[in-house]
Amino acid sequence: MALRTVLHDWHVAHGARMVDFAGWDMPVQYTSIVEEHTAVRSAAGLFDISHMGRLSFGGDGALPLIQRIFTNNAATMKDMQVRYGLVCNDQGGIRDDVLVYRWPYGWAMVVNASNREKIVAWINESKASFDVQMQDQTLETCMVAVQGPKAIELCRGITEADAGDLGYYFATPSRYRGQPCVVSRTGYTGEDGLEIMVGNTLGVALWEELIARGIKPCGLGARDTLRLEAAMPLYGHELSEEIDPFQAGLAWAVKLDKGEFRGRDALRKLRDDPTRRQRVGLALQGKRIAREGAKVLADGKEIGIVSSGTFGPTLNKSIAMAYVDPNHRAVGSECVIDIRGKQEAAKVVALPFYKRES
Amino acid sequence: MDLKKLRFAPTHEWALMEGDTCTVGITQFAVEQLTDVVYIELPDVGDNVFAGDSFGEIESVKAVSDLYSPVNGEVIAINTALVNDPTPVSKDPYGKGWMIKIKAEPGSKLDKMMTQEQYEKQISSGG
Repeated sequence: MALRTVLHDWHVAHGARMVDFAGWDMPVQYTSIVEEHTAVRSAAGLFDISHMGRLSFGGDGALPLIQRIFTNNAATMKDMQVRYGLVCNDQGGIRDDVLVYRWPYGWAMVVNASNREKIVAWINESKASFDVQMQDQTLETCMVAVQGPKAIELCRGITEADAGDLGYYFATPSRYRGQPCVVSRTGYTGEDGLEIMVGNTLGVALWEELIARGIKPCGLGARDTLRLEAAMPLYGHELSEEIDPFQAGLAWAVKLDKGEFRGRDALRKLRDDPTRRQRVGLALQGKRIAREGAKVLADGKEIGIVSSGTFGPTLNKSIAMAYVDPNHRAVGSECVIDIRGKQEAAKVVALPFYKRES
Repeated sequence: MDLKKLRFAPTHEWALMEGDTCTVGITQFAVEQLTDVVYIELPDVGDNVFAGDSFGEIESVKAVSDLYSPVNGEVIAINTALVNDPTPVSKDPYGKGWMIKIKAEPGSKLDKMMTQEQYEKQISSGG
């Protein structure tokens, strides 16, 4: 049976359309993907992201263990800082993309729902003799994201800590209704915003309080169109065990000189190998959507494959991300995409498709 | 539009037969399921269509679906307004959102399609 977040019954009672996502029964939309998308771009939207995996680490071996499986450098993080990076296999393929949190008293990691069990197993396999206590808190806690230009303002006073006092990619332990919570200035929409983690018992109260403040509930459908416009990769689409961080355009999250870590030797070779397909953005001329798996062609030959595509509601345009041969990756390169047997004109554009005004 | 005059396909198209002209669109239920329609592809006037075969497609942010013809015949008109802006399909699926008109083959009948009552029963039993 599918896993359910503590907000599951609320979603169903409020008319959400539910879908299976990575083994969880999750809301894909409440009203309309475009409406929910637009709320996030123009004001603020609220997402149940309790399906994301939440792991916490204590003990002297926590940092060495994280360093061993994380491509970015956790050792240079300040207390309360959050850092994006990858977990790679020994061949340099991406096992997951994760956020690492540094607390004064330990560490935490947020991983993709689809990879939670795989990563827990990978950590157990990698921890050797390190003195680490890892806890998987996913099923006992609730995580929500409030995203949009009004997110910080609308959340003022909800928790003891104010997200407005946090720098981007910083977080703090705080309290909600007297109970411990975490407030984090992070997100997956291309907008400013915050994420809040709280124990399951207060999940519904927090959710309803946020809605009462005028924040619109949004499903995974809008989360996907928002992240796509912002060109954020999604595991299972842009990222997989067969794709390495350099292909994905994530070289900035790989610190080869930080010391030994899993995948480093393979990654060092891959960094200097320019022959592999690269992630690019494609803008289509027409309105049809190039979905995952559609072939990208130039001069009648296959040069790549679409990893995800949608109609970007903010851009009012059909957009896609694809992996293409390196000689076709330059911005401005023209190609066609085979969408169910019909060829649609497209060209390579700079990523992200959408960037908020700061 | 009097829905009692329409006939319905299990794939959520509606059809209206007037003489030998069959007008086709999609139902309110289909529109509600799709939401966020971004694009509609229709055949050209003069194309032949066949009962049960796809004559076009409707694309929403979530997914793309084929549109199925209820009869054999020749396309005699398409609702060109929808190609630029599919909004009428969502706003008025039985009126301004009509899609194509087919000159049906002699003897074509819609009697294998559902009545409004039968169609509503299908929807309420899970679509």
